[in-house]
Amino acid sequence: MEYIIIIISAIFVNNIVLNQFLGICPFLGVSKKISTAVGMTGAVTFVMVIATIVTYLIQVSILNPLGLQFLQTIFFILVIASLVQLVEIILKKVSPSLYQALGVFLPLITTNCAILGVAILTYQKEFNLMEGVVFAIANAIGFGLALVLFAGLREHLDLMNIPKGLKGTPIALIVAGILAMAFMGFSGLV
Amino acid sequence: MNQMKNFTKGFIKENPVFVLLLGMCPTLGVTSSAINGLGMGLATTFVLLMSNIVISAIKNVIPSKVKIPSFIVVIASLVTVVELVMQAYLPALYKSLGLFIPLIVVNCIVLGRAEAFASKNTLVSSAIDGLGMGLGFAFALTLLGAAREFLGSGKIFDIAIFPEDYGMLLFVLAPGAFIVLGYLIALINRMNKA
Repeated sequence: MEYIIIIISAIFVNNIVLNQFLGICPFLGVSKKISTAVGMTGAVTFVMVIATIVTYLIQVSILNPLGLQFLQTIFFILVIASLVQLVEIILKKVSPSLYQALGVFLPLITTNCAILGVAILTYQKEFNLMEGVVFAIANAIGFGLALVLFAGLREHLDLMNIPKGLKGTPIALIVAGILAMAFMGFSGLV
Repeated sequence: MNQMKNFTKGFIKENPVFVLLLGMCPTLGVTSSAINGLGMGLATTFVLLMSNIVISAIKNVIPSKVKIPSFIVVIASLVTVVELVMQAYLPALYKSLGLFIPLIVVNCIVLGRAEAFASKNTLVSSAIDGLGMGLGFAFALTLLGAAREFLGSGKIFDIAIFPEDYGMLLFVLAPGAFIVLGYLIALINRMNKA
């Protein structure tokens, strides 16, 4: 039951992109086509889950016993940066086709604040390892849902007759605002 | 003259938020009021200024293979300094900015300026670039925060302009951030063209 609450809350109520404002850069950057949005979601899910597990273990087994909590930010970002590098190398060897598909997005993930955000939130909310994993997966799904929905809307926007001044980023942001408004309908669900 | 141009480009012409579209997460996340926007902007300015200075000073010592990781370590240490100082002296602001303070590390502006400017230019012009870009970022965040606070609750910097009952709560909530920023960017685009 607890897991279900975590999942619903992370995907719909506190959607990581539309409500928490994490991962906005890829949300705006790679949402021009549905296919790239799906690829990005795959890469993010992968890194987010692994990063959450590794940072959790580092926090509990190294930082907490030694009283080094203030080094959290430095440790976490280094772990994420090296993880992304590692995932890139492993994928290249093990599954070249998946590597090809995710290729461009992998290096971008280091600066996706959703990854660092979820890692820190898992610690702040005092989740255990299992809850942390569920939380990470649910957030990745929430990220994917928002990204794919938004990409679908933007594909339609290309065909619309938009006032000149609003073309490009402004109209995309306004559409994202309306999407966020729709997600507000879920508040109070949990 | 040249340094002056270097300093002022961050405000409108190459404004990190309105024109370059960098650092959108804190831009949207913390600007529910003008004071939060200003606080976040100044914290980022400090990190940006210091990281540009440090990175410009050590740019010849860093091997190019580990360039990005070393930049990230420098930036993360500076962010930790900001975090600790803010926690000690500005606990209220620290609380309302919350998660977004450690997230300055992954703010693309900081790493972007380090890579694009500080790793190639002299210490003085890097410092000026960092300060200009940071203040441009702070300016954008304060403007967005003020607009949202005004529309949402009728106040700017907590000074009442019209009664709070007339405010549209939506603009303080998440959707308002996207919508106000969208219109502000449209406005700036128009000004840059003119």
